[in-house]
Amino acid sequence: MSSSINTACKIHSAWRGSTFLLGLLCFTAMAFAQDVTLHPPSAAIAGQAAAIGTEGSGSATFYLIGPSSSMKRNVHLGREITLNAGELRQSGRYVAVVCNGRCTSAVFYVSPAKPASMIFLVHPSRAPVSQSDLISGVAIPFDEFKNLVLTPATVQFQLTAKGESPAPRGVETRDGIAWFRANSGKSAGALQVQASIKDVIARRVVQQVASDPCSLRIKGQRTSNGILIETEPVRDCSGNPVPDGTIVTFTAKNGNETSTVDAPVKQDVARARMAAKGPVVISAASGVVMGNELHLGAQE
Amino acid sequence: MKRALPIIFVIVIATVVLMFLGLTVSRGSNGTVGIASGAALPGFGASASTPDEAISNFLLDIQKRNWDRAFSTIERTSSTLTEQAFIQDWIGSSGGLRSFSSLEKYDVRPLHASDSDAEMRVRLHWTTPVGPVEDVRDFHLAKRGEKWLVVWNETPPPNVPAQVVPVTYLRWDLVSGNSGDQWGSHNVDAPHVRIVSMNAVDSAEGAIVMGEVVNEDTIPAFVNVNATLIGASGSAIDDESSFDKILHVLLPKQVSPYRIDFPHISLSKVKNVRMDVKATLVPASSDPVIGVMNQKLETDAQGRSVLQGELLNQSGETVNIPHVIASFYDNNGKVVWVSDGYVEQALLPQSSEPFAVEVPKSLAGKVHNFHVVVNQYSLQNS
Repeated sequence: MSSSINTACKIHSAWRGSTFLLGLLCFTAMAFAQDVTLHPPSAAIAGQAAAIGTEGSGSATFYLIGPSSSMKRNVHLGREITLNAGELRQSGRYVAVVCNGRCTSAVFYVSPAKPASMIFLVHPSRAPVSQSDLISGVAIPFDEFKNLVLTPATVQFQLTAKGESPAPRGVETRDGIAWFRANSGKSAGALQVQASIKDVIARRVVQQVASDPCSLRIKGQRTSNGILIETEPVRDCSGNPVPDGTIVTFTAKNGNETSTVDAPVKQDVARARMAAKGPVVISAASGVVMGNELHLGAQE
Repeated sequence: MKRALPIIFVIVIATVVLMFLGLTVSRGSNGTVGIASGAALPGFGASASTPDEAISNFLLDIQKRNWDRAFSTIERTSSTLTEQAFIQDWIGSSGGLRSFSSLEKYDVRPLHASDSDAEMRVRLHWTTPVGPVEDVRDFHLAKRGEKWLVVWNETPPPNVPAQVVPVTYLRWDLVSGNSGDQWGSHNVDAPHVRIVSMNAVDSAEGAIVMGEVVNEDTIPAFVNVNATLIGASGSAIDDESSFDKILHVLLPKQVSPYRIDFPHISLSKVKNVRMDVKATLVPASSDPVIGVMNQKLETDAQGRSVLQGELLNQSGETVNIPHVIASFYDNNGKVVWVSDGYVEQALLPQSSEPFAVEVPKSLAGKVHNFHVVVNQYSLQNS
């Protein structure tokens, strides 16, 4: 009991900002200390009113120190101290102190309210197709006062790709966090990723993109301006066309001379124009993927 | 007093004469290197009695931008060459690197001389925004009457005809979310870029770290490669970035060489090299497409091994300052050297410009293959 009075006195002194006088008062209070009992709420919820029961008589000063706020009020001992919803918005540990010549304190906890919003992080924003465990999502539920909801709750994750049936899965939060890992699909396109806890829903989109080109093949012909080379439609190994703008490097070798053109894929095909009169060997590469070689004879 | 007056008069006359000579000689001595005879006052008189004097006068006029006088001392091989085209050849046009350069000095070396003609090799030292650039030109001089003239047979700069070039190029724009958006709701990941090869070598100037980097993503990336040299004690000796020796904007699946120089550091002191590649999402365009044509390893007029070729602008946009970066591979496909060079003239639409980048002689025999990329600096995009 004396330790709680001592703690309360320290708080009281800190509040007043006077050390010597209050120290003397506290010393006197401790010397003549009588039991004052506080009955804090056993299951307070953030944003909900609560009451602290007191025993004794006379007026006293009440202090409430919370995780990110504090308050002071005059109260009458023997009556309930009512705490309104606004005074208990933050979840966490609260210390209630009552001083009336002597100080008594009690500790109680305020739990978060029900989930009202959710932070939902999904990574990556672009995912090459057919990759295992590539997509991950983390859901962190919060109540309406932005308190992290630590009470275990089931988050429903749902991944929906175009033309495929949704793949739901329920994951219970642990220490306020629920997460999943998933393979990327077979088809390029938008993958809708949804996380929900009851009526709280967060949606994200992962762009599934084609993987590296597969079997890059080229064809070419001589024209009056040189050689016109183009690829066959460039696709990955799942058959998805690579995105427009993907660079294909065409290389034409004519004896000890080499010509190269970095051409972007446009509508699935990359094209380049090269000037070479003699017999040439043309090859193509995109990133680290090599294509076939094309042998063209000399210009007639 | 009567005796003093003539002496004062003589002193005044002598002073004036010396001042005149001093001014004229100081004007002439600026930047002239390799003058065989000191009889002339280069830059002062238009006529020259020796080929050395003629080329020196000519180059001094170029340096001082006395275009009328320089043009008057050349013999045109083409009647279509105008003074404007001649000036453009020296000062560049269309926002090319030459437009921002000035001739700092020059060295003249005679190659051949007879009574009627002479061949001079001139090494021109230009100061440019990207550092000093050296240009070697051979000039032919011919004696016409009592005067030596510089025979000007340079091809006039390409004159691109007025035309409409349809361009349906691809462009990536970047839309960023508001700061008020919920955390994680509008995230776009940085592009995925990977270093595919790295090689560290010692050179006369210091250690060099080089290799290649590829953009594995489906969006453009602004890329920078950094390297940290770690010593035997485990502490960092030095860290440097690839600076301009990399193709910074990499389009999807594009590969770029990179080179990081560590001047005055020997690899013998280095235990480890820590590589770090940074990629950020940037708006970009796949235009212009530049072909690198007729690349071949050759020995230039100065006996250096060079990779030379032509850049062909296949689009309708002027590339003001083309920058060539080449990686050289041995027969195992390992990058053994990375070299770069700026092209001084702007690359006009549908036209070509020659380029050359140097390869160390010691490596020239090992080079089995090469890959050239072109950085594009366009004023309208900057």
